[in-house]
Amino acid sequence: MQVVVLVKQVADTAARIKLADGKQDIDRQSASLIVNPYDEMAIEEALRIKEKHGATVWAVTLGEAKAEEALRTALAMGVDEAARVSAPASDALTVARALAQAVREISADIVIAGRSAADDEQGQVGTLVATLLDWPHVTEVTKLEISGSEGVAEREVEGGVEILDFSLPVVVTTQEGLNTPRYASLPGIMKAKRKEIRQIALGEDVVGQPVLAVRSLELPPPRGQGRILTDLDPAQAAKEIVRILHEEAKLI
Amino acid sequence: MWSWVALTAIGPDYFDVDSLLTEEERAVRQMVHDFVAAEVMPTVGEDWLKGRFPIELVRKMGGLGLFGPTLPEEYGGAGISQVAYGMIMQELERGDSGLRSFASVQSGLAMHAIYRYGTEEQRRTYLPRMAKGELIGCFGLTEPDAGSDPGTMRTRCRRVGDHWVLNGEKRWITSSPIADVMVIWALDEEEKVRGFIAPKGTKGLSAPAIETKISMRYSATGDIVLEDVELPEELRLPEAKSLAAPLTCLTQARFGIAFGAVGAAMDCFNEALDYAQNRIAFHKPIAQTQLMQQALVDMLSLTTRSQLMALRLGQLKQEDRFNYTQVSLAKRDNVRAALQTARMARELLGGNGITTEYRAMRHMANLESVDTYEGTYEIHTLIVGRDITGLNALG
Ligand SMILES: Cc1cc2nc3c(=O)[nH]c(=O)nc-3n(C[C@H](O)[C@H](O)[C@H](O)COP(=O)(O)OP(=O)(O)OC[C@H]3O[C@@H](n4cnc5c(N)ncnc54)[C@H](O)[C@@H]3O)c2cc1C
Repeated sequence: MQVVVLVKQVADTAARIKLADGKQDIDRQSASLIVNPYDEMAIEEALRIKEKHGATVWAVTLGEAKAEEALRTALAMGVDEAARVSAPASDALTVARALAQAVREISADIVIAGRSAADDEQGQVGTLVATLLDWPHVTEVTKLEISGSEGVAEREVEGGVEILDFSLPVVVTTQEGLNTPRYASLPGIMKAKRKEIRQIALGEDVVGQPVLAVRSLELPPPRGQGRILTDLDPAQAAKEIVRILHEEAKLI
Repeated sequence: MWSWVALTAIGPDYFDVDSLLTEEERAVRQMVHDFVAAEVMPTVGEDWLKGRFPIELVRKMGGLGLFGPTLPEEYGGAGISQVAYGMIMQELERGDSGLRSFASVQSGLAMHAIYRYGTEEQRRTYLPRMAKGELIGCFGLTEPDAGSDPGTMRTRCRRVGDHWVLNGEKRWITSSPIADVMVIWALDEEEKVRGFIAPKGTKGLSAPAIETKISMRYSATGDIVLEDVELPEELRLPEAKSLAAPLTCLTQARFGIAFGAVGAAMDCFNEALDYAQNRIAFHKPIAQTQLMQQALVDMLSLTTRSQLMALRLGQLKQEDRFNYTQVSLAKRDNVRAALQTARMARELLGGNGITTEYRAMRHMANLESVDTYEGTYEIHTLIVGRDITGLNALG
């Protein structure tokens, strides 16, 4: 069984970011980059499948050479193989076409992706890959069981749990609550260092033309000065806060 | 100009030391950083107050490969670089000096003593299990009346037939109350220092905890009492023939401390900078006052210098061209710099700074121990002094 995890390298959400010249991307050179947290859950889930049923787990990313760091992290966590896809892809559709092609080349049975990436939060790629492959697809999975060529996935819905049966191959995306990703181990890090990363180069013939373009990015405005209400008793203060939220901030 | 990169959660890194690390070293640092952030930071303040060592983390740390990581794989190590080892220490001590002490003693003292001075059988029996955290080690050198001058130890070993009998008392031994494997140093009848592995449970061996510490409370510290403890010759470390043996182990652990101190200092600086930018007094952030800026810059300066010295020391050790006197200088300076940084951070935090809800005072209290153990500030001064003058002021 081949399990493919789609991994994206994103800027550390705990760190500050800068925009690149032209404002169409963040400055990836200066950013501290991590594996997208939802993808870490995907890696963990794939490793659990491997530990239970035996499988070869692949981590696949699309990106520049620097993105191989994310693959090394995946390898250090215990993933068996890694591949980097390079392709002229810029929007979710072209990225998904490239990744779907990689999934075909690896002959995957299960594809696990994060529900969204912590940077652009578009949440399209997993679903697009499933569509392009014409495979069953379960989004935002909180529990996953595989047995033989069948599987059961749970997802949380308003006030309850939805349980879905499917047969392989399948594409699932992860949601909080699925698992707690393990840490990379030192022996894992050392092994990851020596591992060769498969290179998959794809051209425009595979990925096609993008259908979306980023016009420009803006950093959120710096937080304004707070306002402190003085000389009011609690009841008056509460009234005043409600008035401000309603009339000035127009939040309620 | 102050670049934002220098301010990431894992910094500060004002001189981009990051780019001097290998990818493997960065990965190790990130992993330990994440581990500490998730498993240590949420509870360390409370546990520290209770005087509780987080014993439940030992196997987890072992599972990640954090013990004896520079040893060859056959003994449970991962063969990582010296700087990567330093990064483990830095990130553990960013959490708490007690946690780093545990790792220092496990790896640098206990495992190192067995690796370096033990038989092949002793290595195979103990090292892989210690690497996994299944067995906890400690290192008993200091005594109630022999600290800076361990050569005057009173613990004695006497050969009787095919075994040895040990008598004496050790004091201030990190992890002794929780240790399964105690490395113990004793003088024989010819006044030569010999080393032993004493398994917990051996008759006559006990390790009462020292309960009155107001420093290093996230660490188990205790005595070791030896009353006619009988150990077979197979539990003696045959390659240890003089005081040089325990001192070589200490060099190993001090090396780690030079990095660890940087982690504690970084945490204090980060906490202080964040606090100063958000704490308003006289209608402006205290970071906007000249005095607090000076304090912050001094902290950054001390931390950055320590970081650079530690890294260089790690590189020299990797190339096997370092000297124990360089380790002394780095241990001495980096710990003192961290202590000063912690004191300044504590002061900047005002009243909040004296609680365990903030980190500075906990680090500060811990670093008082770090400044003393593994050779005091003064002793390292005299070691380096002797080296550069050729004149011995120590003895
Ligand atoms: C929390 C903690 C954990 C420890 N863990 C361990 C452990 O795991 N294993 C172990 O073996 N030991 C351990 N120690 C012991 C530690 O190494 C000793 O405390 C240290 O070596 C100092 O010895 P001392 O306390 O006896 O001080 P002393 O040697 O009595 O020194 C007292 C003061 O006199 C100064 N002084 C001494 N001689 C001179 C001199 N010639 N010139 C100038 N000044 C001098 C010292 O610098 C110091 O300021 C630990 C200590 C602490 C506090």
